[in-house]
Amino acid sequence: MSGNGDSTSRRALVALGRDPLAVTGGVVLALLVVAGLAGSWLAPAGINEVDVDRMLQPPSWAHPFGTDELGRDVFSRVLVAARVSLQVGAVSVGIALLAGVTLGLFAGYYQGWLDNVLMRCMDVLFAFPVLLLAVAIVAVLGPGLSTAMVAIGVVYTPIFARVTRAGVLSVREQVFVRAAVATGASDLRIMRRHVLPNIAAPLIVQTSLSLAFAILSEAALSFLGLGVQPPEPAWGRMLYDGRGFITDAWWLGFFPGAAIFLTVLAFNLVGDALRDVLDPRQLTVSEARRNAG
Amino acid sequence: MTRFVLRRLLQSGIVLLGVTLVVFLLLQLVPGDPVRVALGTRFDPETYEALRSRAGLDQPLPVQYASYVGQALTGDLGVSFRSGRPVTAIVLERLPATLSLAITAVVFALLVAFPLGVLSALRSGSVFDHAARVFSQFGVSVPDFWMGIMGILLFAGVLGWFPPSGYVALTEDPVGWASHVFLPAVTVGLVTASILTRFIRSSVLEVLAEDYVRTAEAKGLPTRVVVVRHVLRNALIPVVTVVAVQLASLLGGVIVIEVLFAWPGVGRLTYDAVQARDYPVLQGAILLVAALFLLVNLLVDLLYARLDPRIRVR
Repeated sequence: MSGNGDSTSRRALVALGRDPLAVTGGVVLALLVVAGLAGSWLAPAGINEVDVDRMLQPPSWAHPFGTDELGRDVFSRVLVAARVSLQVGAVSVGIALLAGVTLGLFAGYYQGWLDNVLMRCMDVLFAFPVLLLAVAIVAVLGPGLSTAMVAIGVVYTPIFARVTRAGVLSVREQVFVRAAVATGASDLRIMRRHVLPNIAAPLIVQTSLSLAFAILSEAALSFLGLGVQPPEPAWGRMLYDGRGFITDAWWLGFFPGAAIFLTVLAFNLVGDALRDVLDPRQLTVSEARRNAG
Repeated sequence: MTRFVLRRLLQSGIVLLGVTLVVFLLLQLVPGDPVRVALGTRFDPETYEALRSRAGLDQPLPVQYASYVGQALTGDLGVSFRSGRPVTAIVLERLPATLSLAITAVVFALLVAFPLGVLSALRSGSVFDHAARVFSQFGVSVPDFWMGIMGILLFAGVLGWFPPSGYVALTEDPVGWASHVFLPAVTVGLVTASILTRFIRSSVLEVLAEDYVRTAEAKGLPTRVVVVRHVLRNALIPVVTVVAVQLASLLGGVIVIEVLFAWPGVGRLTYDAVQARDYPVLQGAILLVAALFLLVNLLVDLLYARLDPRIRVR
């Protein structure tokens, strides 16, 4: 079954290349990755360079996104904050993917009491609104980037478990899985070599959509002062810090929010396009968000 | 139907029990002693011992959990570490503000999403359809708190039409309430509307492809009759579920908007409890929201099973 993954990837890439919205999303994401990796070098000013003579200056050639209440260059901070969003997206979705796929794989493959217990646990996590549970977890573990990433990872685990389990339930009845069982292959080998590659498509789609929601969730947590802590720049945190000044300095509210919006939009566009190519029967963005929320 | 109802009740009961366990364990996850952490600089041995004993923290863990569930069943969610008042009363005081915001937001969302979703499906592929899809993509991608900030900037700062924040109870001053609820409700409602627009559109498109719709058209029925009697009636059944789920998630999910607009609902209470490390209030608010969420889901499932008998046999 190893060829399956290659052909799926090729098919997806070709189809994505023909979709103008997916290409636009991909370009934005590429720029985001560049900003995330090289933001510190590209930034025209230091992110914590305080200048009391330049406080709350509107956008200009010298400061394209203006300056904040401490005279720091907003453009540089928005640019460097891309790294935080990418980090949160990758780590928290990575946690959710690893935990959710493992649980869903075992639940769907073994079924019976294990399936019942694991899926009821996922139902319990689903009973909480996403942000509320994330806030609660951060509240008890203490605010900060690491706990925010763990909290977001935990709250998005059930959706991966459900998507994985649904895939496993259909794949485990296929002839090639029965053949692998007949040859005496171990359960773990069957799951790794035969089941997982065949449920990759919905998982790729879910990963792409979850990256968008994870970034939104981190921004919301940081906006509440529970995510990234100062002086590290994060888009949600910048909105939180600038709240008191936005009627006098609109740029403090506009640019960090626009960065979140463009990033989430880009992930959603790519996610939607991936879904159309790889798994047209799967949930739409709105349905996924509803389930997640 | 009775078997289905009993099965769903049992499932909801089990999940609710799991929810109480998670909420209970939250307090155990607090590094160090939660009462000492909550008291901070206000620590004195007498208050400390009294709060520990009142919260049952001097008991073994299983006893604490059994007692927590037993008391929760009677509506006793403990006392606030800060004010010493019963948590149930504190949370229930905040519920009307959250309910009024959530219901207004959903009504606004339906007013936008219903015509947009239905017309978008009926004119699939048209400019209107593309515009509706752009709107819904925008809605699911935009951070609601950012839209709220932009709303405050424009409608409160520049135009001065609405107050930037605050709350007036509906029962005290309906006009004052309406002017205060407008910005937060539109902010939340636009995001919800974009989700509903997508769902209504796909639901109507699905029904439009059904044989019975083609039959109705072949019989020569006017388009309006086909749409109202055959398409909408069937397409809107699943929409009921989504609307209810949206409402349920808004009851606990508008924390950021309540903080931004200083709206004194359950979300704001949760935020204040986090800031004050008032763990019993945090637990109580989360438990209430999760229980409401489960209740709404249960009612929707039952309603859905009543509307669509196929659900009962699945």
